[in-house]
Amino acid sequence: MTRALAFLLPLVLALAAVSLSIGPADVSLPESLPALIFGGDGPLPMVMREIRLPRVLLALMIGGTLGLAGAAMQGYLRNPLAEPGLLGVSASAALGAVLAIQSGLSVAFALALPLSALAGAVIAVLILIMLAGPRAETLTLILAGVALSAVAGALTQLVLNLSPNPFAASEIVFWMMGSLADRSMLHVWLALPFMAVGVLLLAGVGRGLDALTLGEDAAASMGIDLGLLRLRVVLGTACVVGAGTAVAGAIGFVGLVVPHLLRGAVGGRPGPLLWVSAAGGAAMLLAADIAVRVVAPDRDLKLGVLTALVGAPFFLRLVWRSRGERA
Amino acid sequence: MLRRALICLLLAAAPAAAQEAPARVVSMNLCTDQLAMLLAAPGQLVSVSKLARDPMSSAMAEEAKGYPVNHGQAEEVWLLRPDLVVVGSYTAQAAAQMLERLGTRVLRVAPAASLADVPARLRTLGEAMGRQKRAEALIAEFETRLAALRAEMDRRPSAALYYANGYTTGDQTLAGEILLAAGFHNIAGARGGGQLPLEALAMAEPEALITARPYPGASRSEEILMHPVVRQLRAARAATANTGSDWICGTPHVLGAIEDLSRFRQEIE
Repeated sequence: MTRALAFLLPLVLALAAVSLSIGPADVSLPESLPALIFGGDGPLPMVMREIRLPRVLLALMIGGTLGLAGAAMQGYLRNPLAEPGLLGVSASAALGAVLAIQSGLSVAFALALPLSALAGAVIAVLILIMLAGPRAETLTLILAGVALSAVAGALTQLVLNLSPNPFAASEIVFWMMGSLADRSMLHVWLALPFMAVGVLLLAGVGRGLDALTLGEDAAASMGIDLGLLRLRVVLGTACVVGAGTAVAGAIGFVGLVVPHLLRGAVGGRPGPLLWVSAAGGAAMLLAADIAVRVVAPDRDLKLGVLTALVGAPFFLRLVWRSRGERA
Repeated sequence: MLRRALICLLLAAAPAAAQEAPARVVSMNLCTDQLAMLLAAPGQLVSVSKLARDPMSSAMAEEAKGYPVNHGQAEEVWLLRPDLVVVGSYTAQAAAQMLERLGTRVLRVAPAASLADVPARLRTLGEAMGRQKRAEALIAEFETRLAALRAEMDRRPSAALYYANGYTTGDQTLAGEILLAAGFHNIAGARGGGQLPLEALAMAEPEALITARPYPGASRSEEILMHPVVRQLRAARAATANTGSDWICGTPHVLGAIEDLSRFRQEIE
């Protein structure tokens, strides 16, 4: 684990620095870095502190927690296809966020946005675990996820289409694909407390997930409280996915690809994989956010488009492999 | 025999040669609604689109209350038995094509992209509706008032047009020409509509920020107009004004937008 982190953490830092230096305002790093840290006159400190910094912070936070949540879900369900985006958790969180915005609740009370998204995510995770059962059968899990995504997506579109606001309908793309464009520090503060709670909840599940690889009875005999473990995974995942989706839309596949790529580096153990996946998720989302700005600087290309282009082939490969196992 | 056939042929050709004014006109587009309301003879315009009554979008929302509205669907328009249907060149194309197949005359009017398009659209629609005289009168009035409004400027204050989703419009658009005519310099430059990144707006530090009034119901797209950077720009120096329904369509009502904006410029100078 330490070797993987020793590689990933510098990578995350380097990507964060690159992300800070990219933008339509053409300024070099020697100019922009002092403006970021020390402030000063003119528009540059504002650009660095209010536009670029929240973008980098959100990429770090959302990418990291998506990687963490993906690893936790895969560990708990003992299924490599589990992922919040794929299983409709993100879509349900987006529905919660859209309801908060369209009902005017988020204007009256700022925390209503992440809270409502969190509620959507909790409901989704509970439905998934209820449907898939304690040992998640791949087919059941995926079908439950497909159904959940479809319902949440359809309801989101219904709400946005019925809105009196002419822009609402075009925002369907944002909620389905996610973007970090033009977010502010306000969004960072809005998401941070929920993500912190989620990370704390998921931080303690490593030992339980490791034990669970031996089966439920063995884990219980090792003193693992399975009910508590389930509660932590459900609430922790819902907290981080809800908060992230509320401010940046549903970004898929990060939680699928990252644990899959890094599993070998930790010897397949789900506990250590949690932290390695968090670092890997942050790196992946930072890289994707850099790519959307480099590939199409003058149009708001959605983040989820890139993560899906990378992630969907992985998903196909996993499906292919699981088919081979059953045959 | 031959003479009789010739007379028949002439009679048949006559209405096509001198097209008589359509008695029943239906408009299916916000901008043609307003042009048609300005041009129509009493009783000639039988329906306008639903948007024409929306005060957020329509400069003639009050007048539109005097007309039944349609929702841009072929069936309801067909049942009105129109002699002429006026549509925009981008919207309701499926309905327009269906009406054409059913034998209704359809006129497509492209949205105005400049102030010069205003008299052109008035003329086109005036001819189609058999209201040339009324059109020429409106055009003459428009051009006199526009000439009076255009002033020579020593210094043009810089301004940015900033809409939901960070969209802006440059000099080569109707809104851009309104800005120029009112004596401003547009920081977006000589271009059409497109994205103006928040960073670029912050770095340009415009003296005036002209944003759209928010629509009812919340949206994430309009959130950008409350971004800390935009708020700070407003607080620091940029005077702000709103675009309104006068800005949307190429009708003589754009003069109202230019008047408001010129007054605004004199206030901040």
